[in-house]
Amino acid sequence: MSAEPLSTPDPDPDLRASGLRLAYDNRLVVDGLDLAVPPGRITAIVGANACGKSTLLRALARLLAPKEGAVHLDGRALQSIPSRELAQRLGILPQSPVAPEGLTVIDLVNRGRSPHQTWWRQWSKTDEQAVHRALAATNMTDLADRPVDELSGGQRQRAWIAMAVAQGTPVLLLDEPTTYLDLAHQIDVLDLVTDLNRRENRTVVMVLHDLNQACRYADHVVAMKSGKIVAEGSPTEVITAETVEHVFDLTCRITMDPVSHTPLVIPMGRHHGGPSLEAAAVQAAD
Amino acid sequence: MPQPKSDLTTRSDLKSARSELKSASAAPRSAGSAHHRTYRLVFPPVSGVFRPRLVALSVVLAAGTFVLFCWGLTTGDYPIGFTDVVRALVGSGDPGTVLVVEELRLPRALVGLLAGIAFGVSGALFQTMTRNPLASPDMIGLTQGAGTAVVAGIVLGWDGGLGTQALGLLGALVTALTVYALAWRRGTTGYRIILVGIGVAWICTSATDYLVAKGGRFQAQAALGWLVGNLNGRTWGQVGPLAVALAVLLPTALLLGRLLRTLQLGDDVATGLGTRVQPVRLAILLTGVGLIAFATASAGPVAFVALAAPQIAQRLAGTAWPPTVASGLTGALVVLGGDLIARTLISGTELPVGIVTGVLGAPVLLWLLVRANRAGSGG
Repeated sequence: MSAEPLSTPDPDPDLRASGLRLAYDNRLVVDGLDLAVPPGRITAIVGANACGKSTLLRALARLLAPKEGAVHLDGRALQSIPSRELAQRLGILPQSPVAPEGLTVIDLVNRGRSPHQTWWRQWSKTDEQAVHRALAATNMTDLADRPVDELSGGQRQRAWIAMAVAQGTPVLLLDEPTTYLDLAHQIDVLDLVTDLNRRENRTVVMVLHDLNQACRYADHVVAMKSGKIVAEGSPTEVITAETVEHVFDLTCRITMDPVSHTPLVIPMGRHHGGPSLEAAAVQAAD
Repeated sequence: MPQPKSDLTTRSDLKSARSELKSASAAPRSAGSAHHRTYRLVFPPVSGVFRPRLVALSVVLAAGTFVLFCWGLTTGDYPIGFTDVVRALVGSGDPGTVLVVEELRLPRALVGLLAGIAFGVSGALFQTMTRNPLASPDMIGLTQGAGTAVVAGIVLGWDGGLGTQALGLLGALVTALTVYALAWRRGTTGYRIILVGIGVAWICTSATDYLVAKGGRFQAQAALGWLVGNLNGRTWGQVGPLAVALAVLLPTALLLGRLLRTLQLGDDVATGLGTRVQPVRLAILLTGVGLIAFATASAGPVAFVALAAPQIAQRLAGTAWPPTVASGLTGALVVLGGDLIARTLISGTELPVGIVTGVLGAPVLLWLLVRANRAGSGG
């Protein structure tokens, strides 16, 4: 990656939720939640299906207005920040977005610049540079002229991330960025997210399904159950056998990822890991 | 590589966005990218994306529209040459010719031109907003709603002191708000608008059919003639409101275009990019409704133009969205061309333009769809 990082005017954004109560119609999803997002770090929100983690991310991204409480960015409630100004500081990539048929990668990435554009200034020099850097950072330069819908799943997700990168926000929220990708492309996308965090000092919050990936790629893990935060902290603090059992209703063993030296969750399941097998393993080790 | 157009202004800077991309990567570029080539156009502080193919297309469409416009003025009981028509348009030449052109033929041509533009632009707005080509105003009940109101006025002999234009606007507006309200569920999605719209369209069509069946023979005749889309006997009285409406609504449509491009990525992405989705959607809806209502009131519900023109323009321009200006010009071209054919196809008989656009528009769209699918793009 030869491109210089995009300048981020606000290196240490303060994004926090307080007393958050979130509901769809009358169905309460999140009740009384407080969260302070560590600036300049990668935060992963984990939890079982329907635990409210995507709902929380949507609230952090002002896609969902809270029933009570508020999300504050640098001391101002999101709902009180003009949408355009907010879009210059906080970017969101929803789960599995769909590009219009035939839209080229470069046109998609250029739309990431729209919070910085006006109707008379639709492609300034700054826009052009930001788009090219975003393409370079996501390794999409060679595919710039290709329609997004003709790309592979992994390339397509990189194109969308490039759009979010071109937006140039100090905070980037990603809702399950690895969904529907094969393992190699999942790692590819998460490595890219790490690049954005380390090289450009972007604060990242993402919802992840895979606990081991959350442990490896996040500095801060937030575990949720039934709309509440059960545990948060470094992966080693949060991902313990007790927490996983409580959050996912899953018995497991925690070992160490030999590559990243972060917790590695080994689920037990019903057919494996009974006492006899455990004994066999001890015997084998002897 | 195009040269900077320094004859326009010394500060102008027309440079290839591609050249920098090329230097940023050593790998060869993918083939077939010429169709999508874009440039950065700058007249500080104004800048924009310059798409040569789209600009060239718009120029060709505008020229074609002008030719058809004048050609339409040459035809009639009293044939006038093409150059005489152009001369009469600027007010010079034989006074008799000027009179025929300006008083008798110009209103008809202008209604065709303006209504065509309005149909095309309105279709482009709706199709982009809902991310679905089927959600054009003639599919989701707006044309039908305007039609019901106008036919009710004709058949019942009651227009509440309102002219055809106002009745059409009222009908389209009521239909649009009904569709929007029924489709609303924590915001509106494209497919809900289409489903609800198709239902509402059928209700309006049934109501119109009932009114026509119930009406007297003379009124039913008049209503039917209007219902297929008709440019016969248009007067300056019909040009005026349409022209005023377009003078307001077309600039609005162009300004909304930038916001449409983010809306096209879905509501969540658009919100994330700073677009206020619901107000913008409402503004687009009202602009599109205004355009379709005024056009329908003056030219009748000319079949297929709002659906086909944006799709034709999009495929010709090679863009991933219906381009606003080119869609309007395509609409004008289709209506004016259709009217010309309608008047000259069977000598002595003047077919309503809507019959021709319906018969010709459908195969053109089908041909484009088939061709695009074979090429593996569009669809």
